[in-house]
Amino acid sequence: MSQKITNYPGHEITPDDVKAGKYLDIFYKFEPKYSWAAGVAISRFLTELKEGKIFARKCHKCERILVPPRMYCEQCYRPTDEWVQVKDTGTVNTFSISHVGTDARRLKTPLLVAVIDIDGASPGMGILHNLGEVEPTKITVGMKVQAVWKRPEEREGSIMDIRYFRPMES
Amino acid sequence: MRRRVAIVGAGITLFRRRMLESPKELSFEASKMALDSAGLTLKDIESVVSGSAPDAFDGVHMKGEYYLDGMGAIGKPHQRVYVGGGTGVFTPIGGWWNVASGLYDTCLCVAEEKMSPLHPHPQYAFWSIFDQILERPLGTTLLWIFSLEMRRYMHKYGIKEEEIAEVAVKNKGNAVDHPCAQLGAKITVEDVMRSEPICEPVKRLDVSPPSDGAAAVILASEKVAKKLTDQPVWLDGVGWTLDSTHWTNRDLAYPEYVEKAAKMAYKMAGIKNPRKEIQVAEPYDPFDYKELHHLEGLQLAGKGEAPKMTVDGVTQRDGDLPVCPSGGLLGVGNPIAAAGMMKICEIFWQLRGEAGKRQVKKDARTGLAQAWGDLMQVGTVTVMRS
Repeated sequence: MSQKITNYPGHEITPDDVKAGKYLDIFYKFEPKYSWAAGVAISRFLTELKEGKIFARKCHKCERILVPPRMYCEQCYRPTDEWVQVKDTGTVNTFSISHVGTDARRLKTPLLVAVIDIDGASPGMGILHNLGEVEPTKITVGMKVQAVWKRPEEREGSIMDIRYFRPMES
Repeated sequence: MRRRVAIVGAGITLFRRRMLESPKELSFEASKMALDSAGLTLKDIESVVSGSAPDAFDGVHMKGEYYLDGMGAIGKPHQRVYVGGGTGVFTPIGGWWNVASGLYDTCLCVAEEKMSPLHPHPQYAFWSIFDQILERPLGTTLLWIFSLEMRRYMHKYGIKEEEIAEVAVKNKGNAVDHPCAQLGAKITVEDVMRSEPICEPVKRLDVSPPSDGAAAVILASEKVAKKLTDQPVWLDGVGWTLDSTHWTNRDLAYPEYVEKAAKMAYKMAGIKNPRKEIQVAEPYDPFDYKELHHLEGLQLAGKGEAPKMTVDGVTQRDGDLPVCPSGGLLGVGNPIAAAGMMKICEIFWQLRGEAGKRQVKKDARTGLAQAWGDLMQVGTVTVMRS
């Protein structure tokens, strides 16, 4: 009972305590390796990225065009029906200027990230990607952007075959 | 035939950046306190439900099997439930299944988390929640989903960063009165605005810290609860729903999965007008804007209106709808699963009038706790009554 309890259990350890040797610190590094099968839908999606194209799946029941593509429509709960090429342009739905990397360490150059709603797909069908060739202060929600692709010989069937999206020249 | 379920005891450890105690020891301390406060011993407990976030934090696979002796679960029906950050509130929901179903009359619900083992930073574990093929190669960090969602929320309703910062000021201030708090502090909106940008628009003081800690509650059937105490707190409504991991395909300005979970809990508890009937709330606040987002999803504020409610003081402890009187994740700390359970404990103490310095001004008889999780996709909600 909160106010009736005067002593709450637990002992804090600070980095200084560890440095001073007050507590044991046991280190272990775990380095597993994985090889993922990309799946039916994403394998085709990646293959098309290698060709410089973005492909979606269409559900004939709800008429939605889905990016990233899936072989089943999660709303109608039935197989999707066909592959549809969508554009490599889109609209910034939202964006962030990231000063930290995956392990929370500070980045020297901030990474610009955005959810980009892809033209030709159903409204709100966004993908996560980076922005480039733009001043961070110039990015706005609603900005039209287009994919900047790697050179064909550099592409390997990866989301990184698109280097980033840049503002469209109006 | 569903049975009424009561909370009859609660326990909690200190929340700190790094604790000496092992997961088993933290679990024991919180569980023992909960048992003592209910006047029970382990032999009175028929089943145990536990909650903890990804095994990746500890580097211990099958964490549920590892820590269970600390939770008093040897030889008892034990289940570990998991829905990411939503786990802390999902744990007593799991306990509710045990008791409401008639299977057991008592259930110990324990949530434990140690985020500190992972180096160089606990954030690193969250990298692996993103899609391994389409998202991780971009250099993802968990902060991205929050900064992207915060931006969309601000954009849609024209909300200012300063209005959002009021939540951090309130919650860290409330946490000064919480004996287990890691980051209680009297700060100003200016302090938040001037704090280091991490993932713009998210700044250092918009975010809750990584933490270690544990919390627990004891659930009992009506028959047993009435023998144990004349102050049971009834778990009258529970709700939980999930959306897919296709988070870039949905409206980031509004958490529909939280609305669905809330409506499920309200219907069960017979709540018709949540804004009038819920008198104290502990929505999930890992980031300051998230409290606002969740108040709207919970139907406790209109869409885009939670910031004004906050600026007007409605959500202060002496306001009309006190929100996060504990100090929330922003102030007390965020040992993932234990943080959600801390909210359950807080509503339990508030509804019994035992919250001491944190006690809300109004005579609150109906309260709510909510948690959220993973790729903007989990809502877990409980409605409690005294």
